[in-house]
Amino acid sequence: MDGIAGRKPMLLWVVHLSVLALVVLWTIPTFGLLVSSFRDGDQLSVSGWWTALTSTERNIVFRAPAADAQVEEGGQWVIAGNVFEDSQPGRITAFGVSSREPAAYTPGTPVELKDGASLSLSETGDFRISSPEKMTDKRGTRIFFTSIDPPRFTLENYRKVLFSEGIGKSFINTMTVTIPATVIPILIAAYAAYALSWMAFPGRSLLVAVVVGLLVVPLQMSLIPLLRLYTDVGIGKSYVGIWLAHTGFGLPLAIYLLRNYIKGLPKEIIESARVDGASDFAIFVKIVLPLSFPALASFAIFQFLWVWNDLLVATVFLGNNEEQLVMTGRLRELLGSRGGNWEILTASAFVSIAVPLLVFFTLQRYLVRGLLAGSVK
Amino acid sequence: MEQLLGALASMAAGVGACVLYFWGGNAVLDLIFPARGPDIGPNIRRANMVRPWLFLGPALVLLTVYLIYPVFNSLVLSFYGPSAETYVGFSNYTWLLADPGFHESMRNNLLWLIVVPAAATFFGLIAATLTDNIGWGNIAKSLIFMPMAISFVGASVIWKFVYDIRSEDVDQIGLLNAIVVALGGEPQAWIALPFWNNFFLMIILIWIQTGFAMVILSAALRGIPEETVEAAVLDGANPFQIFLKIKVPQIWGTIAVVWTTITILVLKVFDIVLAMTNGQWGSQVLANYMFDWMFRGLDFGRSATIALVIMVMVVPIMIWNIREARKDA
Repeated sequence: MDGIAGRKPMLLWVVHLSVLALVVLWTIPTFGLLVSSFRDGDQLSVSGWWTALTSTERNIVFRAPAADAQVEEGGQWVIAGNVFEDSQPGRITAFGVSSREPAAYTPGTPVELKDGASLSLSETGDFRISSPEKMTDKRGTRIFFTSIDPPRFTLENYRKVLFSEGIGKSFINTMTVTIPATVIPILIAAYAAYALSWMAFPGRSLLVAVVVGLLVVPLQMSLIPLLRLYTDVGIGKSYVGIWLAHTGFGLPLAIYLLRNYIKGLPKEIIESARVDGASDFAIFVKIVLPLSFPALASFAIFQFLWVWNDLLVATVFLGNNEEQLVMTGRLRELLGSRGGNWEILTASAFVSIAVPLLVFFTLQRYLVRGLLAGSVK
Repeated sequence: MEQLLGALASMAAGVGACVLYFWGGNAVLDLIFPARGPDIGPNIRRANMVRPWLFLGPALVLLTVYLIYPVFNSLVLSFYGPSAETYVGFSNYTWLLADPGFHESMRNNLLWLIVVPAAATFFGLIAATLTDNIGWGNIAKSLIFMPMAISFVGASVIWKFVYDIRSEDVDQIGLLNAIVVALGGEPQAWIALPFWNNFFLMIILIWIQTGFAMVILSAALRGIPEETVEAAVLDGANPFQIFLKIKVPQIWGTIAVVWTTITILVLKVFDIVLAMTNGQWGSQVLANYMFDWMFRGLDFGRSATIALVIMVMVVPIMIWNIREARKDA
């Protein structure tokens, strides 16, 4: 193929590298999210995800128990324990006993404290303060240390978001919204599309123009009138309300896509069926519907992605409670309330984008076909 | 689980009701105007006059209730007060014209309208051209196209993480600030920088839409007749001349389609701004401003007026689309 690169090897290299750069630019933000969602929360908050495979360095202050924790061992008064009691274990590289010199000693070196006591700290964090006399300090010795943590990956973030941050419940809510809202419009639109392509009646071309016009009507127009209508009719904030809303909003695209496809079916098939005495109903059910499968699949994928990813319609027509909050809504809420907890946010975000990504990669062919047919030409 | 079963049951019920309606309606029609007996001719004619409306019925009802009625109702509401009970004349419109929040939203929306469709179409064209020339082009396409499947809120989380800022004395965990610091700069709170933050939000939408532009433009590029390119090659045109002077002019129509489709999307952009800044730091846009007046301001009149502004901005594209569609028909 004689494209922009032609037959010049140098240019071809430039093309390869440019495409690689584009691909990296486009995938790296998502990749960062994926990597981060499996990292340990403590590590995630202090080091970039691109360092996930290297060790992290932490500077921590630990306060040893006060004198009332001491025990007598062979004539010595001892306070012992491990400095990693409250945090993830690591390997200690340096420590100190004053904030001015937090890395004065290497592990294993005994350090003289005041009043004749001495402190030793091992690489693994075990410390031992011993004194020949009974210790009296009430606040406990502070131990400053630097520890190197090996990279840690965990499923804990996912366990946490699915079961205690409400993402699991929201996942079910999103499914509840999406499945009917994807399937119901298909049949309604298919009948309308058939009527608009193969049945003759006055006003047909006007209706087609109306559908094309409605394709671009902003959703924002519909929110307030429908909210008021729902309250008057008594639908309120319910799943039925949102299914119908998504059906209504999805119809213009559905009719447009399906009509483009159904109109393009071979004229001979439909006319010969008519000559044989088949009714429009029979032609639609037995010939048009089976032949239109690719277009139906394209629309179904569109509608699925759109409903699954929707935030606006769900926020307006569903409540904010545990029973109705969908994943996009929950994610938005977490962005506000858990803004700094990236381990929660990244895992939640990944749970919410996993299903669309799966659909995308398995059914991409139909999606592309739908896009090509659906953009107004 | 119970809820999901309920949803499946409702779906089955909905589809069942549709089937029953279409099948039953059709049967009733055949019963009223039987295609036999003495009146066979007129009966078939009458049935054929009714049947299209039978097929179109549910779609027309839904379109009217969900899209057409709201346009007119919003128009009416824009002349009423907060709870839609008192007539206030043009005061919502005069308020809008003087409102600084509206001015800010308009300015930002115009910025979005200029930058996002242009950038997404540009990158899409580049990506389409380059990937069509190499063996692993389809994999590359698929990866550039991927953000299309991600929700705006999901994308906002992804990019908020990229833009994250930590204080200067600790390691940056946001990619952008890490790069800036590595190059010797100071970390910035990107989404809180007045004016410039708009561009950092736009990047998210460009990231999502480039794949769409690429897919459509790639198909158009493949549709270009080989002969035109071959003739140019024989005349000694270099690859850039072929691209700019032979290929691009032949796909202007498709470029316009991509451009307008993204423009429509930009006018409605809402989730990204809501999730990233909620309109703070001078990043408000019309759709989010409307949402704000609806849910926080609780003023249906003003909110409907803002929605109408968005609608008015869409109308030129709507008319253009309808005219193009009629040309084809």
